Amino acid sequence: MIKGNFIDNLPKVYGIYTGGFLAFIIIMAIGEQMGMTAKAIGICFVAFTVAIYAIIGYLSRTAQADAYYVAGRQVPTVFNGMATAADWMSGASFVAMAGGIYFKGYGYMALLVGWTGGYVLVASLLAPYLRKFGCYTVPDFIGTRYGGNLSRFLAVVVLTVASFTYVTAQINATGTIASVALDIPFQYAVYVGLISILLCSMLGGMRGVTWTQVAQYIVLIIAYLLPVFWISNKMGAGFFPHFMLADEVARIGELEQQFGFVKNSAADLANVPKGLAGITKAHSAVNATPWAFISLALAMMMGTASLPHVMMRYFTTPSVKAARKSVGWSLFFIFLLYSSAPMLATLSKLSLIDPSLPTGIIGKSIAEVQAIDWYQNWNQANLMFVSDFNGNGTLELNEFFMGGKAVVLATPEIAGLPYVISGLVAAGGMAAAMSTADGLILAIANAISHDVYYKIIDPKAETAKRLVVARVLLVVIGFAGATIAALEIQGILGSVIWAFDFAMSGLFFPLVLGVWWKRANKEGACAGMALGLLSGLGYLIWVRNGGSGFLGITQLTFGIFGSAVSLVSMVVVSLITSEPSAATQKMVDDVRVPSGRSIIGRN
Amino acid sequence: MSKQEQHWEKTRGLLLMTLAIWFVFSIGIFLFGAEMNEVGGPFGYPLTYWFTCQGSLGIFVILIFWFANRQEKIDEEFGFSEKGDD
Repeated sequence: MIKGNFIDNLPKVYGIYTGGFLAFIIIMAIGEQMGMTAKAIGICFVAFTVAIYAIIGYLSRTAQADAYYVAGRQVPTVFNGMATAADWMSGASFVAMAGGIYFKGYGYMALLVGWTGGYVLVASLLAPYLRKFGCYTVPDFIGTRYGGNLSRFLAVVVLTVASFTYVTAQINATGTIASVALDIPFQYAVYVGLISILLCSMLGGMRGVTWTQVAQYIVLIIAYLLPVFWISNKMGAGFFPHFMLADEVARIGELEQQFGFVKNSAADLANVPKGLAGITKAHSAVNATPWAFISLALAMMMGTASLPHVMMRYFTTPSVKAARKSVGWSLFFIFLLYSSAPMLATLSKLSLIDPSLPTGIIGKSIAEVQAIDWYQNWNQANLMFVSDFNGNGTLELNEFFMGGKAVVLATPEIAGLPYVISGLVAAGGMAAAMSTADGLILAIANAISHDVYYKIIDPKAETAKRLVVARVLLVVIGFAGATIAALEIQGILGSVIWAFDFAMSGLFFPLVLGVWWKRANKEGACAGMALGLLSGLGYLIWVRNGGSGFLGITQLTFGIFGSAVSLVSMVVVSLITSEPSAATQKMVDDVRVPSGRSIIGRN
Repeated sequence: MSKQEQHWEKTRGLLLMTLAIWFVFSIGIFLFGAEMNEVGGPFGYPLTYWFTCQGSLGIFVILIFWFANRQEKIDEEFGFSEKGDD
């Protein structure tokens, strides 16, 4: 069936894979009709998809450094776009984003703008130049451009702080999904999730991760879009929801007017389970100040351009030209999911609050709502709660509470879709969390094995030994992440946003100025990374401990302060120390030209 | 001015143009979010709401492809484009 080179056959391979996955969904749907239990369907979905990823991971095994670190630099643009999209869209994007929009509206949608706008910076400021450089990791660029072990080491520190903050949230998400789908306790499910993640990356490194991420993207996008279209059609809201939900958005506005946002007393709220929230903000009105919106969007955009697990995906393209185009494809594939999240939030909210719809629960009697099957299920899962605060026996808007995850997880059931869709959504969430966790763990392990071990500690190490070190680190970092995830310290979304702030505090300006300002030197870059990260971290700790902050910079946007300190210290220190050597300046000139040999290595 | 300097000057010009467009749709319009939301946007959504859901996001996708094509033209003009396919 498949002849010739694997790369040439990619469209065919993934075409067959997609067809196979759709067939699997249909088989499950038939199984459901024939009496398969919900639990069995959930287990089949998660087990089947994870098994496929593991097989791809095994088939991609390699003993070559080039394949292990940068997938042999032969990933075609469109496929690299899909892999980046999966790498990028985490468990938070998949499970929590629609919920955030549902509860917070406009103020939250700054994240949509920020997490997409950042790619313009990636494409224009960094990706093509770092690809030309020919580095294996982001610290590899910093270390070679500025010179010296200190700059390389500081870059590894920033990378590790940012990525590790991020990865615990992802392992947490895989654990949550595995524990629900497989019905095992969370503490064990976290390790099941971790082993699934390591199966994809351990043998094949970046090559294995690339081809599993493409497979994971296909699963997650089908799992996200299918329910959105289905629900929209079932509700009669529109055949193509993205273009046809204006009436529904307006209707939510009307209902908000009609119900009003009643503020609950603290005593009443004390009864609501932790983590659940009511609808307190307008759906489509502007409910945040311009600076609150813009500062959050800006922090996410600059963070995007500094996160190493995304940047290193563009090291895998065959050329500089391909790297640029590939950023466009990445954003296109991300756009497909991000533009659907607000539609899902709209459909979910309307189906719950509109009394004229059969699924609407506001205005019904409390007893009636408590008797609904799906309410009981999600109440048990601690994701839904109603309480008759005013004692009138009827459910009011301010008496209904839901967890953020429920928007994605429960809406199919509320809208009356078959259970097979819920199984599919679980598989999609698992794919999203696994693919991001893989990219992050690999970024950290590669930076430590390549930049700290090979470049600083033992430059004479042989390839075989380097790859053993890389794999051991992968496992160690994975287990460290899982252990912290099992403690359940932070929420998923908060820690993801912090990761962006850490990355931009320490890495944004050292990376950008490395290409765009020839005068930037080693001393400046070291000052920029160290002071940027420390001041960002200091600001976060200060605000977390009751500090008032300034300029409206919150604990979600502390990277704006960190990166400003980083910029100023980098420029000042660079200017008061001597300019970079002629060889370094020549290197920068070469990076700026797409053709010719790469700076490091052969290709 | 050497060929390489000219190439870099054009590249920098393209960067500034790209960043200007990026700035308008990621930051500029949201300075007037409340006012703009009173106006009807595409498909009947309130305008600011539409930009946050689809508009800005879609414009970024198009902007990156446009940028990539322009940059390729600049590279070709100075003979700096890579050989082979993409």
